[in-house]
Amino acid sequence: MEHDSKSPWWLKALQTGSIGGAVAVLVSLIGMVESFHARDIIAGQITMGETLLLLIVGFIAYTSSRSGRNTAVPFRLGSGVLAGVVTSAMVVGLILLGNAVNLRRVLVNASPALYEILTFEKESTAAAAGFLLVSGAIIGLISALTHVIPPNWKRAILAGSLTALLIATLQDLIRVTLTPFPEVGAAISWMFGTRGQEGLSVNGAVVVFLLVASVNYFSSVRGDVIRQRANALPPTARRAFRWASWGLLAAFLLVWPRIAGPVLSEVTNSVGLYILMGLGLNIVVGYAGLLDLGYVAFYALGAFIMGVLTTTGGEISFDVRLTFWEALPFAIIGAVIAGVILGIPVLKIRGDYLAIVTLGFGEIIRIMFLSDFLKPHFGGSFGIVSIGTPTVGDTTLNTPQTLYYLILASCLVAIFIANRLRDSRIGRAWKAIREDEDVAQAMGINLTTTKLLAFASGAAFGGLSGAIFASKLSTVYPHSFVLLVSINVLSLIIVGGMGSLPGVIAGALLLVGLPELLREFNEFRLLIYGALLIVMMLVRPEGFLPEAVRRRELHEGDNLNEPAGA
Amino acid sequence: MQRILNRINFTDIAIAIIGLSLVGLIVVGSFKTIAEDNYTTRQWLDFVVFGMAQGSIYALIALGYTLVYGILRMINFAHSEVFMSGAFTAYFAADAMGKSGFLRENTFVAILILFAVSMSMSVLVGVLVERIAYRPLRRAPRLVPLITAIGASFFLQYTFKGLYGDQFKAYPEIAALKGNYVWGDLSITKVQIVVILSAALLMIGLYMYVQYTKVGKAMRAVSEDKDVAALMGINVDAIIVRTFVLGAALAGAAGILYAITFRQVNFFMGFIPGIKAFTAAVLGGIGNIPGAMLGGIFLGLFESVGPILFLDGLNVPAPYQLKDVIAFSMLVLVLLFRPSGILGERLSRSKA
Repeated sequence: MEHDSKSPWWLKALQTGSIGGAVAVLVSLIGMVESFHARDIIAGQITMGETLLLLIVGFIAYTSSRSGRNTAVPFRLGSGVLAGVVTSAMVVGLILLGNAVNLRRVLVNASPALYEILTFEKESTAAAAGFLLVSGAIIGLISALTHVIPPNWKRAILAGSLTALLIATLQDLIRVTLTPFPEVGAAISWMFGTRGQEGLSVNGAVVVFLLVASVNYFSSVRGDVIRQRANALPPTARRAFRWASWGLLAAFLLVWPRIAGPVLSEVTNSVGLYILMGLGLNIVVGYAGLLDLGYVAFYALGAFIMGVLTTTGGEISFDVRLTFWEALPFAIIGAVIAGVILGIPVLKIRGDYLAIVTLGFGEIIRIMFLSDFLKPHFGGSFGIVSIGTPTVGDTTLNTPQTLYYLILASCLVAIFIANRLRDSRIGRAWKAIREDEDVAQAMGINLTTTKLLAFASGAAFGGLSGAIFASKLSTVYPHSFVLLVSINVLSLIIVGGMGSLPGVIAGALLLVGLPELLREFNEFRLLIYGALLIVMMLVRPEGFLPEAVRRRELHEGDNLNEPAGA
Repeated sequence: MQRILNRINFTDIAIAIIGLSLVGLIVVGSFKTIAEDNYTTRQWLDFVVFGMAQGSIYALIALGYTLVYGILRMINFAHSEVFMSGAFTAYFAADAMGKSGFLRENTFVAILILFAVSMSMSVLVGVLVERIAYRPLRRAPRLVPLITAIGASFFLQYTFKGLYGDQFKAYPEIAALKGNYVWGDLSITKVQIVVILSAALLMIGLYMYVQYTKVGKAMRAVSEDKDVAALMGINVDAIIVRTFVLGAALAGAAGILYAITFRQVNFFMGFIPGIKAFTAAVLGGIGNIPGAMLGGIFLGLFESVGPILFLDGLNVPAPYQLKDVIAFSMLVLVLLFRPSGILGERLSRSKA
């Protein structure tokens, strides 16, 4: 938003409020509120749908009262209140409009159920309107107040609320994870709602909030002292500490399938496959700066090659029936060759065109696999069935828990390779290309080999991921290899942080794990991805866990107008 | 000669091989098809006319891409959703008018209303996207607005899915547009005539607007060099908005034309035409308005006549399934051998 310092505070609050109102109305009309309504945040008291609306109001009021020339307290509070009221007013407007006109013929989700939620089940429209406006004002006031209290308190309150929200949303996961430990059963049923009602109980919410808030406050006050003392430890102690934490992580990863159970292991496997793909695309986009929107092509090729080579169905022409392990190198090599072949035509193409051309390639591969032309070899729209599963010794890895170890091993290998590549000569060549191709060429980097290597490495990871995917499902259909997969992988790299490995993992957990766990999010998955991409690019283009260099690059011009020493 | 040999490297050879093999396939396929002579002249003409109609729709959408690229040097990925939003929203108007009989009685006015609704909605969406997603990122590195555009595209698709539902909606049949005209072997449906004529009118209108009005001159100036145009007293932001409005309006019009040709709309309908329209824009020369028009028609023809012409000769079963492949392959060929397009780019080449 532009900071027009000439407009009065109430005008800005009005503008911000209207934007918030528009967002709230939009969110209601696309069905998000209704869909989220099914899940309780605080059992019996407030649902996720209502929380969503409250959060929108709160956030808008927060933003409105944050900036502005008049930093005096009454103006801040007034700004927050006004923004909150305006937002609620627009929701009221929607309710009134819905009462007058049947919106349902055009807007599919403007259903009676939605109006019930929006009016918070009040009897009359007037009561609902009043309730909404008043609560908008109150929430606006509270959000504005967070700017007035000392920053430690603000951070503590925010941390507490967000953690409570997070735990309430993930309560399925937590309950399932802790089921094998009956000792904590009593604590769980006290903290969370009784069975059948999801979400935290009132007690649980209060406890979580107070706990996290106090920990956060404590750490902000005394954190420096603790950190200093930790840094002052002798290096042997520090090394021991670091080894211990890695060891703990390793142990946790190894034991995870046992704790998680089949459903969660399945989710973890999906996350793992996307991490693999993310690592590959990270090399192409993050290291080398080549925006590849057709990454799904390599995924598809790996899967189909694995399928063709190991299928026992006998329906396709090339009937070789290898085992998983024998076919795996072929799948990877096939993907690598494809990467080189697809990379050659695009060597001279610049950024935007590259994106479209690679997108085209992805679509070409999918259409070819789907077509009748290649049906005798690749199964056409019927796909390939009865694909071989990997075996280690005597055991067949065909349950989510056992497959988890294969995926974990592949991810670890991939992380290791990506890490070493980044710090190697070729990694630095990629970074040089990313910054400026012409200068890189002038410095003696062979653009052709470097770019082709980037594509090839990315394709290798994609092919590996595809091969494991094929045997996981033991079938492949062309319908699974749509553009959306490429966009998924791209989103998780961008959101996590381009070029950074922890970023890829964080992105995968956030963008692949979360929608699998929360069915309500899954419905609006791509909408949220799209919005997230836009917001991230506007606010934090380097992602959540970026490389330090990247963050500096992208925020270079941010503080230029501040006086020196600020 | 020696100097030329020195400058050729592996890349060029590889690209030449790929390109020539594609061209070779095309030539061989075409010859075989013509030799086998399985199709009558009438069928070929049908393909040609269909290709021209489809190409006109692509051309209108391509103009949006080319205008925005000329000004902002970025691909407006969300343009395909601008196209979709117009067509999809106008469905409700069409449905209402069809059910009340207005469509049958005053067809011409009804169609004008449809155009108005569609173009307004498209313009609204286009301007919002520009304002929210593109304007703050004017000076960001290349990758950032591109990713924002992709995000905006998906966001819009699924927003409209949430708003209007994910069903395919069918436009009502317009009685006045049924039937066709026949001259010997040439058969054109009334719908195709409307499509081709409207598209032609709109394109001529746009060309004249950009070439002969003051605003058009300002647009050309801004696309030449934004900063110097600002120095000359042009309000760059306003001109950029105006460009988006124009492109979006054309896309909205294209939406209606698409709707009366194919009759079915849904939230995903913008995706493939969007990519093909971009291909058309590149084909004709990005940033070049007559180029976009030419590229669109050319692509439409290629896509319609191509599968039968090339692939049938190569004994590919069900060649129409691969028509998207042909479109994308065309894009690759153009970018390999003539990246500035048929009529040449109107922009100076910027660094990668």
